Amino acid sequence: MSNIPENLRYSKDHEWVGVDGDIATVGITDYAQHSLGDVVYIDMPRVGDKLSAHEAFGSVESVKAVSEIFMPISGEITEVNDGLNDTPEAVNNDPYDAGWMIKVKMDNPGEADAMLAAVEYEEYLEASA
Amino acid sequence: MSETELKRTPMNAVHRSLQGRMVDFGGWDMPVQYPAGVIEEHMRCRTRAGLFDVSHMGEIWVDGPGAIDFVNRLTTNDVTRLIDGQAHYSALTNEHGGVVDDLLVYRFAEEKLLLVVNAGTTQKDWAWITSHHRIDDNCALTNASGEFCQIAVQGPDALGIVQQLTETDLSAIPYYHFTEGWVDDVESIISRTGYTGEDGFEVYASPDCAEQLWNKFLETGSYGSAEGILPCGLAARNTLRLESAMSLYGHELDDDITPLEANLGWITKLDKGEFTGRDALAALKEKGLSRKLAGFEMTEPGIARDGYDVYVGDAKVGTVTSGSPAPYLKKNIGLAFLPVDFAKIGQEIRIDVRGKHLAAKVVPTPFYKRQN
Repeated sequence: MSNIPENLRYSKDHEWVGVDGDIATVGITDYAQHSLGDVVYIDMPRVGDKLSAHEAFGSVESVKAVSEIFMPISGEITEVNDGLNDTPEAVNNDPYDAGWMIKVKMDNPGEADAMLAAVEYEEYLEASA
Repeated sequence: MSETELKRTPMNAVHRSLQGRMVDFGGWDMPVQYPAGVIEEHMRCRTRAGLFDVSHMGEIWVDGPGAIDFVNRLTTNDVTRLIDGQAHYSALTNEHGGVVDDLLVYRFAEEKLLLVVNAGTTQKDWAWITSHHRIDDNCALTNASGEFCQIAVQGPDALGIVQQLTETDLSAIPYYHFTEGWVDDVESIISRTGYTGEDGFEVYASPDCAEQLWNKFLETGSYGSAEGILPCGLAARNTLRLESAMSLYGHELDDDITPLEANLGWITKLDKGEFTGRDALAALKEKGLSRKLAGFEMTEPGIARDGYDVYVGDAKVGTVTSGSPAPYLKKNIGLAFLPVDFAKIGQEIRIDVRGKHLAAKVVPTPFYKRQN
């Protein structure tokens, strides 16, 4: 079973969002990293980029495939996890902590509230299995 | 295609119990990876041993006094040069010199050959071969694909592992030779061949004994210990063969690609006599190739994938046939057909990685070659 922390919000594209004030931390879920397999490279946006919800902010490459990753919320990139350049496997090993990807100053924090809660995401995964 | 329609090898239940992630591979329900993951499976095969279920491959017997002449007429390599107990890599070619399939030809005896063909092309090959078979060819064809399991044990520890299970002296079998023997008391064909670039064996036996052999290889190879054998899925099989620059049918080879373009001149014996496609291949060689398979590595961060376009300057010059991270080399590599003028070591090219033209350069192949 996938690990789905209670305190985060989820998108149907399998990104997670952790909210602290108007700053959202974004990564991909345990389910997503498991589906991708061994992650070897992450193409990230630049700090200062302004992106809308559902826009691709980068891509995750595993040995086998590449997947785009999408903004779950609109806002400005304030930080990217440069550590993933050297340890992309953190996305597999620790997707909700060391594997975080970007921090975003949200245009509208209400967007995060409208995302799936842990239990809803779990139901979504079960329904699409 | 629904799961119930997929073909299964005799190891299917074992893959599932090992938590292999199963995918549809050319109509076969096969493990793409196990929980260790593609990188660890790949590395273990390079440094210790990997175990592969390749039972989906097709096997065709050719029996009779005309066997050698018949196979020689349909394939590019020179079957008359094989001795008993020897195998070679070859290609079935069409009239245009394109590759119907690549295959191994095993010589058991002067009147007994075994063709081992790709899984996804077995039916096509069988139709092709039988349609070119005449009564006066003096040989009988048997599609025996359902009568074999095939298990590959590959890597530096492969010989030691298989040797513990047989009285046959494996060190006496040269590369691309084979013998009939007993492995764990199972009647087997033991072939020193593989698709990983490592030393190793491919063991053919009755499908009834598949699980027994598979589990015995795992046990003898200390599966579960940090340096023990690991079962490897299709993903590792692909990255291992790509590092070794071995062709994959449907990628580097197909009906419209000749072996000469795919760097398989060494299996294309134009002087051996008549064979299907010989005249077209001789004419191509005379005229000179216009494109050629080249290996490249990325020199900027980014990964080339199958189907990405290759550029020199603003001109599109080719397409990536296989591209992937190379887990052992820790580089991003690929193969592409390029105009011969650009298929030169050191040539700078660019790969269109989803809109970004990233730098790469042509490098020698194989990308990886084992030391021993």
